[in-house]
Amino acid sequence: MTIRSDRDHGQRYRPRMSCLKKLEATVVQMQDPSTGVKGTDQKLNVTIIPHVITGQDIVAWITKNMNIDSDEAQAFGTMLVAFGYIYPLQDHKKLVLRPDGSLYRFQTPYFWPVQKWKAEDTDYAIYLAKRNIRKKGVLDAYEQEEYNKLHKWMNHKWDFIVMQAKEQYHAGKARQKADRVVFDCQERAYWIVHRPPPQTHSAMDYGLDRHIDPNAEEKKTYDYYRRIIIYTQQAVMRSRVKSSVSLGALAKYITTFKNHDPFLVPCLPSNPWQTDDDSYWELNTPDVEIPTKMRVERWSFSFYELLNDPRGRADFKIFLKKEFSGENLAFWEAAEELKWGTAASMSEKAEHIFKTFLAPGAPRWINIDGRTMGLTVKGLEHPHRYVLDAAQTHIFMLMKKDTFYRYLKSPVYKEMQKKAISPAPHNFSEAQLQQNMRNRRPSIDPIITWQKEQEEKAKAEAASGPKVRDRCMLKMLYLTSYVHMTAEQLVPIICIATSK
Amino acid sequence: MCDQTFLAITFGPCDNCSQNKPLMNIYLKNEPINYCSLCVELMACQGLAKGETTNTLKAESESLKAKLEEERAKLHDVELHQVAEKIDALGQFVMKTRRTLKGHGNKVLCMDWCRDKRRIVSSSQDGKVIVWDAYTTNKEHAVTMPCTWVMACAYAPSGCAVACGGLDNKCSVYPLSLDKNENLAAKKKSVAMHTNYLSSCSFTNSDMQILTSSGDGTCALWDVESGQLLQSFHGHSADVLSLDLAPSETGNTFVSGGCDKKANVWDMRSGQNVQSFETHESDINNVKYYPSGDAFATGSDDATCRLYDLRADREVAIYSKDSIIFGASSVDFSLSGRLLFAGYNDYTINVWDVLKGTRVAILFGHENRVSTVRVSPDGTAFCSGSWDNTLRIWA
Repeated sequence: MTIRSDRDHGQRYRPRMSCLKKLEATVVQMQDPSTGVKGTDQKLNVTIIPHVITGQDIVAWITKNMNIDSDEAQAFGTMLVAFGYIYPLQDHKKLVLRPDGSLYRFQTPYFWPVQKWKAEDTDYAIYLAKRNIRKKGVLDAYEQEEYNKLHKWMNHKWDFIVMQAKEQYHAGKARQKADRVVFDCQERAYWIVHRPPPQTHSAMDYGLDRHIDPNAEEKKTYDYYRRIIIYTQQAVMRSRVKSSVSLGALAKYITTFKNHDPFLVPCLPSNPWQTDDDSYWELNTPDVEIPTKMRVERWSFSFYELLNDPRGRADFKIFLKKEFSGENLAFWEAAEELKWGTAASMSEKAEHIFKTFLAPGAPRWINIDGRTMGLTVKGLEHPHRYVLDAAQTHIFMLMKKDTFYRYLKSPVYKEMQKKAISPAPHNFSEAQLQQNMRNRRPSIDPIITWQKEQEEKAKAEAASGPKVRDRCMLKMLYLTSYVHMTAEQLVPIICIATSK
Repeated sequence: MCDQTFLAITFGPCDNCSQNKPLMNIYLKNEPINYCSLCVELMACQGLAKGETTNTLKAESESLKAKLEEERAKLHDVELHQVAEKIDALGQFVMKTRRTLKGHGNKVLCMDWCRDKRRIVSSSQDGKVIVWDAYTTNKEHAVTMPCTWVMACAYAPSGCAVACGGLDNKCSVYPLSLDKNENLAAKKKSVAMHTNYLSSCSFTNSDMQILTSSGDGTCALWDVESGQLLQSFHGHSADVLSLDLAPSETGNTFVSGGCDKKANVWDMRSGQNVQSFETHESDINNVKYYPSGDAFATGSDDATCRLYDLRADREVAIYSKDSIIFGASSVDFSLSGRLLFAGYNDYTINVWDVLKGTRVAILFGHENRVSTVRVSPDGTAFCSGSWDNTLRIWA
């Protein structure tokens, strides 16, 4: 535990204060003499402590007045104890609310965490010194350690600290015994919250300070307003849709995917986390031979779902191969690789893509409109990460609006639907579940899976050689109608194509 | 799905300086123009013209903001709960802790799932980053960072590396190795460099790029191999605490949330802030996209979680309860988007029905703040990390 002299528990920062203020309001209500929690006098050692409440009464009050379950009430009560609004009389180091007959008291507002004064190390030193004066050896081991540290750290102030401690000690002695015992309990509880014993934590610990103080007023110079103007202008001109349309779409998404959400509908054969049987994962690997019916159904939801699932993409590729239109997907994949690839490889990849897909007479020439082609080819003179954006979007939309729907109606997909398996749900007995738990299977390291995938990819690329020359000729004919070239302009291109 | 960013021109000659750069699409006197980010900044900082004062600019900005609200309100024809009336209510949920991962010596600050659906990486306050097979609860790799408070960690899409960072102001990538005895710190690659703590990091669709957010108020996109800054994103006026990449087909946007109570949507290619939402009353701790990419949820210190619809351009739901008064530190959606799991600073996890706005379950178990909640890639479970040094898998 480090000693930080600037430990102010973030009281200057809004977030901490707002929740503490709400807790405070509840605590005030709880102390109401007529509607609050009923307290009694309890005998502790030899003194009688007034206004003692039990854990179960606290939970009952919270349950009733905040209209929540007793579990939640207990959790809320634990927060009250953790922040020091209520402190336990027995087992005072553990700041939890026990929903039984355990005894608690309300902390005096002087010691509430919202108070503006910080729990400073000087005060802690005075507190420990005072207890030391009262009776030597009464400090716990961790407190003794802290005391020694503080003694070293604040050696220059030690006379002042001892003097303060003595004064407080004498002032305490002047009080009545019952009051003194109560005050000692309160003070002790306060320091348990702010200087937690080892192996416990302080609820006041809020983590790191935010770098920029949210309470500081931002300087509003003219460029501050200019930036707002620039942003707001484009925001106003942005097109938006009616709430009914977009919210309807959100609801539709939920309904479509409802059966695929393991939290809503149990997954088949069983959720591996619940039954310790990983068949569900075995049946749904990225390269599985026969996918499950649910998985195949999911491919039909949207083109994005189909492409995102490696098995779905593989099936789509089979379909495209049958249609001899694999170049669209190949281009899209190559463009993705360019977009997400390393900066160093970009110009090399761009050139490769141009040669393979975009150049006149390219072996896997893609069919995009003249304008997009023009823009792309021009951009490729100085290639950058997003140079293929327009072309990629065009091809993607083409596949999404046309090829995807043909795929769903194709024999390839229909056959997959027939072949897909529907695993029966598991029905494990208690004993079997225990056994499953003992035999949890480890899985292949993702690094190995990745290496295998890369090998497969390299093999596939080596296997796909240059396309048949006749296809090039056919594409040249398309080119005439698209780009409106004359015969003379075409001749050199055809020569290049035939020479390939 | 409508991702407007792909329709815009994002690279080419700037209308002002004619250099080929990523372009921001803005409006000058109601005319659309494409300026590079430098020209936009110069435009903002140019001296006051004749007849302009700070007050006239302030008035203009106020009137534009009012106009924006007016435009948003015009299309506001239905509330989410009305749409939700036609949907069946959810049944009772039984979610239990299925695994408890003990091994961190201090607060768990962040975690991320691997695409293989069972491995996770987690980071903690004492600088330790651990890769676990959560299914068997075995620790597979451990790295000790040279700094404390490792607030950000991410698993690479390939499963071959992890990225992490925190008080060292950097984001470092550690390639994982099959050899258990190898010292991973030897191959560490320093990628991102900020001027303040790293609050969140995420790989994009490949291992080659990382998106980071920092306490210095900026987000940035980096090339892993060279450590080069590809794009920076300025617009937050306070610490940025969280970011999330859009799961859209075009994959061009991400959302960030910060201490200035704003959630901003950015175009990754140009660095432009395309949408902004400021309805929270306190710091936004976490932002997460809805599975379709058309909306996102935020968790904030004001004890509420909110849902923002990107196409309708407004906040559509607030998830709050009188008995919840502590901030939400982390949120995530279930696979279908029907459930929102939110971890709070009062040690509990609340599960919300996204459409109806009601709470369907409250989960107890952690003994200190819940700092991070993430649903697994196939939606079969979610993992929660807490300041009580443990991680729990719930299903």
